[in-house]
Amino acid sequence: MTFTSTTAVDLAAGIAAGDFSAREVTTAFLDRIAETDGELNAFLAVDTPGALATADAVDAARAAGEPLGPLAGVPVAVKDVITTEGLATTCGSRILEGWVPPYDATVTANLRRAGAVIIGKTNMDEFAMGSSTENSAFGPARNPWDTNLIPGGSSGGSAVAVAARQSPLSIGTDTGGSIRQPAAMTGVVGVKPTYGGVSRYGLVALASSLDQAGPFATTVADAAALHAVMAGHDPKDSTSIDAPVPPVVAAAANGDVTGMRIGVVKQLTGEGFQREVREHFQKSLDLLAAAGAEIVEVSCPHFEYALAAYYLILPSECSSNLAKFDAIRYGLRVGDDGERSVEQVMAMTREAGFGPEVKRRIMLGTYALSSGYYDAYYGQAQKVRTLIARDFAQAFEVADVLATPTAPTTAFPIGEKVDDPLSMYLQDIATIPANLAGVPGMSLPVGLDDKGLPVGLQFMAPAMADDRLYTTGAALEAAVGWEARP
Amino acid sequence: MGGPTVTFEQAVAKYDPVLGLEVHVELNTETKMFCGCPTTFGGAPNSQVCPVCLGLPGSLPVVNADAVASAMRIGLALNCRIAPWSRFARKNYFYPDMPKNYQISQYDEPIAVDGYLDVDVEGETYRIGIERAHMEEDTGKSLHMGGSTGRIHGADYSLVDYNRAGIPLIEIVTKPITGTGDKAPEVARAYVTALRDLLRALQVSDVRMEQGSLRCDANVSLRPSPEAVFGTRTETKNVNSLRSVERAVRYEIERQADVLSAGGVIVQETRHWHEDTGRTTAGRTKEEAEDYRYFPEPDLAPVAASEEWVEQLRATLPEPPAQRRARLQQDWGFTDLEMRDVVNAEAVDLIEQTVAAGASAAGAKKWWLGELARRSNDSGVALADLGIDPDGVARIETLIAQGSLNDKMARQVIDGILAGEGTADEVVASRGLVLVSDDGALTAAVDEAIAANPDVADKVRGGKVAAVGALVGAVMKATRGQADAGRVRELLLEKLGVEG
Repeated sequence: MTFTSTTAVDLAAGIAAGDFSAREVTTAFLDRIAETDGELNAFLAVDTPGALATADAVDAARAAGEPLGPLAGVPVAVKDVITTEGLATTCGSRILEGWVPPYDATVTANLRRAGAVIIGKTNMDEFAMGSSTENSAFGPARNPWDTNLIPGGSSGGSAVAVAARQSPLSIGTDTGGSIRQPAAMTGVVGVKPTYGGVSRYGLVALASSLDQAGPFATTVADAAALHAVMAGHDPKDSTSIDAPVPPVVAAAANGDVTGMRIGVVKQLTGEGFQREVREHFQKSLDLLAAAGAEIVEVSCPHFEYALAAYYLILPSECSSNLAKFDAIRYGLRVGDDGERSVEQVMAMTREAGFGPEVKRRIMLGTYALSSGYYDAYYGQAQKVRTLIARDFAQAFEVADVLATPTAPTTAFPIGEKVDDPLSMYLQDIATIPANLAGVPGMSLPVGLDDKGLPVGLQFMAPAMADDRLYTTGAALEAAVGWEARP
Repeated sequence: MGGPTVTFEQAVAKYDPVLGLEVHVELNTETKMFCGCPTTFGGAPNSQVCPVCLGLPGSLPVVNADAVASAMRIGLALNCRIAPWSRFARKNYFYPDMPKNYQISQYDEPIAVDGYLDVDVEGETYRIGIERAHMEEDTGKSLHMGGSTGRIHGADYSLVDYNRAGIPLIEIVTKPITGTGDKAPEVARAYVTALRDLLRALQVSDVRMEQGSLRCDANVSLRPSPEAVFGTRTETKNVNSLRSVERAVRYEIERQADVLSAGGVIVQETRHWHEDTGRTTAGRTKEEAEDYRYFPEPDLAPVAASEEWVEQLRATLPEPPAQRRARLQQDWGFTDLEMRDVVNAEAVDLIEQTVAAGASAAGAKKWWLGELARRSNDSGVALADLGIDPDGVARIETLIAQGSLNDKMARQVIDGILAGEGTADEVVASRGLVLVSDDGALTAAVDEAIAANPDVADKVRGGKVAAVGALVGAVMKATRGQADAGRVRELLLEKLGVEG
């Protein structure tokens, strides 16, 4: 069998059954990375010795008859914004180049406990700021469907790793669409869980109130398997929800949408969305209706202010979160000649270490939080956030799940939007509301555009009803019969 | 630059001072405000740190419930209202000893608001309004190496110790204190003293100003009359002793009066108190001040204290210090003056515990305010830290009362205890400190003393009883101080046929 075209669920089952070893599986994916990553640049670090050691430990445990974790021996690629003890974590930034965290993120620890093989750290827009992975300090990741195109972002490396079968599973983070949009661009499944569903401990913060880690996979069932392992209450994260993980694996296995009400958000269809995106969205709704779902229209009038509110809240939080990168304790240090003041060294380091998009957002946020401007900007944005949450609450009174296209367009050429931040920001128009309200969202591939590039559809569900995403996702996945590969 | 030419008396005759005091208290919780690191003072640099208090990328804070409880108890003891809902906020500014370059603090939603503390100055009670008490985390400490001053200017390089980073702090802010007139400096000192005593009684802090576990910033402004609007204020920092609080306020009143009298204006600025010169110097002005860009801390949930919790904590409040002092004074039978000495020596708790361990109040006071206070002064070590505890002092008192020790031997016992030789009884045993009052053992020494000093013996026989002192001294010398002097005197007089 070809390990690199086998699902994660089947790989885990095969390893557990002794049909093949974790080492064989891991080696196959390491080989695949070696073959392809020169071109794709999905990985910032590949941990060959660590991955093989974990694989061997799984094989030894199995041979000894010890119980295996649910993902034992299955490779997982981790976005380079999540700390991994002993393995460099750069956040795609020069300012952290070479920093080796002395501790594991809770997500990382959860992966290890499940027996997963951490195969490497994936490329990303610097500090998760971007929608194309072009803002990585270590060069852009490339879309395996067409390497002249962006793979989306900011979790572009994780999306590419799964789309190009360099890893059966990967982890991304989503602050405004950074899992869902690259999933759509690369034709894979990507999920942003409920805010608080997955611990943020060890996730290097972009915007604390919006960030959430989640899974990438090639199937809805694989995504559920990883989601179940990642999630759960963590006392180290005060915003973590103390409740059982929603039954995502069972939901993905069920996939019955009979009688489910699927709400189409009026404000996120039509104008501004590429023709094929609209067409595939409509076709998907027809398939869901045919599978027994009820399609209803919902109105979320305040979604139109979501992007503006997001670009006040995010930079504000990020300006504070990124203040710690100051050359004093770790990472890059520039200009320390024994003469310059500490303030000068801090400033020179931040000037040299941060890329333009990071600086842009730090300045925006610093301004928005300034004395005299706070109420007009941050305060006002928080009010919009409340209104958006209210829109969701009302929509979920008439619909069990909401559906929108994931992104306005399919993948675009590298370099096309890099000098046009606003048009880049518009990529997240449909995904940002879920982050502002803390509700979960999933993107899955539903078709190809005229150029043969994947189109994604997004489901959103009420907080802690992540399982509904997997129910509708599994139903639509089966109905679409997605077979396309890059 | 010379000091103010206006005297304090002139200053307060011409202007009405308004004070505002901000006190930072380090809590004595086992662990830090937002992580599990220990809070003990004096550890090796950077030995009490973790990803959270170092602010490493990805780490997150978790609120220490014990610290919240302490904050609420402080609020309650200061007669504050406990907010049913309070929130942490980030105070953003860059400084190398601040690991995240923001401090987690509270801004517009503090845990406790609107209280008061009554303080007495020379028989008059002043009610000091409390604006708020809020929770925050301490910063690390910068150490400037090389150079001659130990200050940042001229240093070769700097090191940062993050052991203190994340230690829970409570900041207690008064409302503007008016109506104190020429008593302003004394009121400021009395307030900080009363607050310190209250915090100590609550057992929430070590309240050691010299170790920085209690720190005070003094805001001072002057206005032409009590009816006028407040003048521009300055904030004096680095006021690290009770005496400094009084001196710094007094100095700032004089300095501002000097400026105003000369037609100048007061600049809103922070000023630094210098203990050595007794002056303040200018720091940052308002224009240079940081914009802290406060916003709600998104990594923490709001603190919502239930009424049950508040009432539970209220039930744990100790007797107010002033009330307790009055009660103890009566129990002990001390005069006002004696009690003031005890309070000033910070010996109230020690004496209370010594009495509880079996000593008389007078005996306990004698040792703590006498011999031990002297040693405390000589060594600069606080009474409570000398190395002898109330049980030890009580035991010594008991041995004296039993006639097993005299005062001189008791001092040797103290020497032994302070030298780490063990308990009072162990020191007595190991040093062979046995008071000789056994007549058999003393008789020989008494006879020798009489034989060696026939002239003195005759004087005594002749009726000059007071002269027996010289013979007592001789016996004491011969017995290396271990004789019961009273019994020696009796024996001598007996031998010499004189009625004592």
